[in-house]
Amino acid sequence: MSFTTKKQDGVVIMEIEGQLIVGNRQELKQKMLEELEKGGRKFLIDFDKTGYIDSSGLGVLVSLSKKIREQGGDLRLANLNEDLRTLFELTKLDTLFQIAETREQALASF
Amino acid sequence: MDARVIELEIRNDVSEIEGVVERVRQECEEMRFARTQLMLNLPVALTEALSNAILRGNQDDPRKCVRVHARIDMSVLIVDVMDEGAGFDLDACLTDPTTQDRLHREDGRGLFLMQKLMDRVERFAGSPGPGGKGGAGNVVRLTLRRAS
Repeated sequence: MSFTTKKQDGVVIMEIEGQLIVGNRQELKQKMLEELEKGGRKFLIDFDKTGYIDSSGLGVLVSLSKKIREQGGDLRLANLNEDLRTLFELTKLDTLFQIAETREQALASF
Repeated sequence: MDARVIELEIRNDVSEIEGVVERVRQECEEMRFARTQLMLNLPVALTEALSNAILRGNQDDPRKCVRVHARIDMSVLIVDVMDEGAGFDLDACLTDPTTQDRLHREDGRGLFLMQKLMDRVERFAGSPGPGGKGGAGNVVRLTLRRAS
């Protein structure tokens, strides 16, 4: 499991490799909030290398989205596989987030 | 293929969860459970049951432990997650996190996901913890029928 931060075209891109679950969600939250404090306002989380996400992981995404919006920013998601899409649909979080098929599409949408 | 049984006792620590999930998943893969069951249903629901046991049932107490008993065969997975807590009313705790007033909440999706991703979720009182410590214990049983 690892979180990798990259920047492209003024967008903070977070890559999640492995699971996003109760044991590591705080690490993601901390890394994202650090970027928000440093002035980042456009955020993209890339799930291309992500395994599964539990309710704690989903909860952190909801919390981050709210905090970023409160600072006038925007959070987009990209590269959800079929299982992750099912998870977002089950919880109706697909209606809360802007989800792009690819990283490129997400970047172009800002 | 003969049924497989897994018996584990883990520390009351969320860092233990991934190892348990992977162990059970490997056995289900041997039994040719469907890909989505291996990648979504099982790992998410079992992670929820384990984190509930660790953080709620055992109240994040490092002196406590969680026991797991899983039986897997070519037709079904039945996994029991046992903590040392007082238990809870499964139905009373089940809320719908998809309503407009709850959609923006950070919490409240765990039991909902277990119910959605498993064929059956049950809760009942268990046996006392190791050495008779703790309360009567609390068991959450997840049942997933194999899809091919």
